[in-house]
Amino acid sequence: MTRDMNETILKLTDLRVEALSGAVLVDNVSLELKRGEVMGLIGESGAGKSTIGLASMVYARAGCRITGGKIEIQGEDVRVLDAEGRRERRGQRIAYIAQSAAASFNPAHRLMDQVTEMPISHGLMTEAEAQAWALELFRALDLPNPDTFGNRYPHQVSGGQLQRAMAAMAMSCRPDILVLDEPTTALDVTTQIEVLALLKKLIRDYNMAALYISHDLAVVAQVADRVMVLRHGKMVELGETGQILLEPHMDYTKALVAERKAADKLAMIATTTREKPVLEGVDVTGIYGTFKAVKHVSISVARGETVAVVGESGSGKSSLARLLVGLLPCVTGEVKLHGEVLPPSLKDRNRDTLRKVQLIYQQPDVALNPRQTIGEIIGRPVEFYFNRSPSEVKARVAELLRLVGLPEDYAGRLSTALSGGQKQRICIARALAAEPDIIICDEPTSALDQLVADEILKLLKQLQDTLGVGYLFITHDLGIVRRIAHRTAVMLQGEIIAQGPTADIFAPPFHPYTEKLLSSVPEMRTDWLDEVLAKRA
Amino acid sequence: MLKTIAIRIVLGIITLWAVSVLIFAATEVLPGDVASAILGQGATPETLAVFRHELGLDRPAYVRYLEWFFNALHGDLGIAMTNKRVIVEVITPRFMNTLFLAGYAALIAVPTSVVLGIIAAINEGKFIDRFVNILSLMTISVPEFFIAYVLILYLAVQFEIFPSLSTVFPEMGFAEKIYTTALPAFTLTMLVMAHMLRMTRTSVLSIMSQPYIEMAFLKGLTRSQVIVRHALPNAAAPIISVIALNLAYLIVGVVVIEVVFVYPGVGQFMVDGVTKRDLPVVQACGLIFAGAFVGLNTVADVLAIMVNPRLRHPR
Repeated sequence: MTRDMNETILKLTDLRVEALSGAVLVDNVSLELKRGEVMGLIGESGAGKSTIGLASMVYARAGCRITGGKIEIQGEDVRVLDAEGRRERRGQRIAYIAQSAAASFNPAHRLMDQVTEMPISHGLMTEAEAQAWALELFRALDLPNPDTFGNRYPHQVSGGQLQRAMAAMAMSCRPDILVLDEPTTALDVTTQIEVLALLKKLIRDYNMAALYISHDLAVVAQVADRVMVLRHGKMVELGETGQILLEPHMDYTKALVAERKAADKLAMIATTTREKPVLEGVDVTGIYGTFKAVKHVSISVARGETVAVVGESGSGKSSLARLLVGLLPCVTGEVKLHGEVLPPSLKDRNRDTLRKVQLIYQQPDVALNPRQTIGEIIGRPVEFYFNRSPSEVKARVAELLRLVGLPEDYAGRLSTALSGGQKQRICIARALAAEPDIIICDEPTSALDQLVADEILKLLKQLQDTLGVGYLFITHDLGIVRRIAHRTAVMLQGEIIAQGPTADIFAPPFHPYTEKLLSSVPEMRTDWLDEVLAKRA
Repeated sequence: MLKTIAIRIVLGIITLWAVSVLIFAATEVLPGDVASAILGQGATPETLAVFRHELGLDRPAYVRYLEWFFNALHGDLGIAMTNKRVIVEVITPRFMNTLFLAGYAALIAVPTSVVLGIIAAINEGKFIDRFVNILSLMTISVPEFFIAYVLILYLAVQFEIFPSLSTVFPEMGFAEKIYTTALPAFTLTMLVMAHMLRMTRTSVLSIMSQPYIEMAFLKGLTRSQVIVRHALPNAAAPIISVIALNLAYLIVGVVVIEVVFVYPGVGQFMVDGVTKRDLPVVQACGLIFAGAFVGLNTVADVLAIMVNPRLRHPR
């Protein structure tokens, strides 16, 4: 096989993908990828990034069809091939790395069997050859105990390891092209940086071409030579990575860049003079079985302030929230509301206590009953806590909808037809319906697109200014913390390792872990990754 | 995992005990008792009282329950009131017959329906899928005796391949038994196949929307490789429990088939017991059926726990 650097390896011409309903998912997109080149596909959800990635493997998800255009791999039009021909090229010539490794590995088989399955079933290698190659890949990807790693089942290894195992799986047939679909999005920032570095090295060492799909410009900037910005299935802009970051031509690209840069800045909000704390956890500990998820943690929130709890997945952030609301009864310490000690368990708390602390969840899709109208969803707490008459409930629902920036006539609709951001607004309205003192927000923006997430944050801030509600804001996103939190607590393995005014936490002297977290957040420069790695080495 | 399995088995035993109480209570509330059934309507209250005392029916219900329960634990199901025979001796050969027929039908039905279910899933929406679906729907939609008589009409009367009467005797050889009971076994097979086939098809297809299935397709595997290697192992748990339910049905739900083919199984014995108000017989049959049912379902649950890789290989 020739490894000519100027050889065009993947070429899409006027690609068009439609849903069976007739909606156009990808509208006449063309791109060309040379060997050794990485192209970033950037856009919000629904922009058609993944659809393009899958279509370059001549694959369309259920309910979608590739209706037009040419897909060429090394000059061969693969769209005209029959099902058998397409199948043979998948994995062999072009391989896929998905966002969630946990969902993309079959829970019933050992990792080694899944990694070696492809070259064996394509008839490229014998089992022994495939295993030897897999071990080499495990080593190249810095997996722990590479010799025995393959004997494990997917649920027995961590998320970052699983993501690297998926990279090994994609490499198992030595493909020419990799399609990486948000490969680091599901990972913690500190893990993301490691996986990102390894993926970059992999693509370079094996001289492949890659499509790197992501919603995060800063991540793409570290690996991509060129970036294509997509919106509603159409190409907005295509250019060298540096040009897109520094001098974007199109308005949409400018908005994306500006929004991402805002998250970078240390525009901290001033610490308010603290009122008396409303909700307090004093020395609380929470356990699941024998596992201590939260260990002797003390935290408090006052009215009108935002307290952020940051940490990586598994650090005990959400468990802390569950302890405070009583979903997980604490085994040591106590939870106080307005200075009064509350029963540990939710069941024993009275209705007024329940009313004063409300929750907003990460996934608005799951937090709303799809069979209830929006009026019923928001009206229920009004009825439950305040015993209002139907006409009063109706008026209050209309008021709440206005408050969160939605039209009043949404009350009669079902939530299923709404977008993610609108659903989250409904969840906020539902929490506000109880007229709470404190709202606990558990990653309320992490399932949303950047621009939408920004609007939700603005809304939360504005509601705080007008209603004086306090937030306990759980997040893994340090950019958000800097922008909205008056105070910040950093959690690591169930303990709070640093706590105080946000400005102090994010200024030297840092706790070493805080510093690691901070330095792991991708920045909007193409040389950020190399710089950080050099510094750490 | 051993703990989970142990808990499941203990739950099975508790269920069985609860059922034994229910069986005893239910037979208590049947109108009339064995004394009035035997002596007839002309009996005077005095003779009835004497006869009841003789049978021990005048003692409080809980005393009789405890006595029955502890005897049953020792394998003594009591003595039939009507003909004074030891129930265990009468019921054992019949239960063996029932197990034989159930096992025969299961050996045909389980592999066939799982394989057909997988074939239907692989060819979802195609002719073979629809054909298999319609056929299986037809077999559960018609009454069991109808299938039985249709089989008799064609395979016994018109073409004389198999006998229409399936009465077996202990002296019969194995091959002869298989031949004699072919028709009831076929009938049962047709009755239970539909559930298992459809459950196999549905649970395989429900797994097909998982991301790791998409991944398997993107790895360039064929549809049958994806289904057999990636979907089936994860679809096993619901399939196992439906198989267990149907095996239990083969043991406890075959009274009509036994009557049609004059097959000496437990079902017929129980119906006789009910008509003669022979409480110990009814209770014994009930207990055996409950045991088979609970036992099979417990085995299914234990297997379902064992096929779960998260439980089999903890972190």
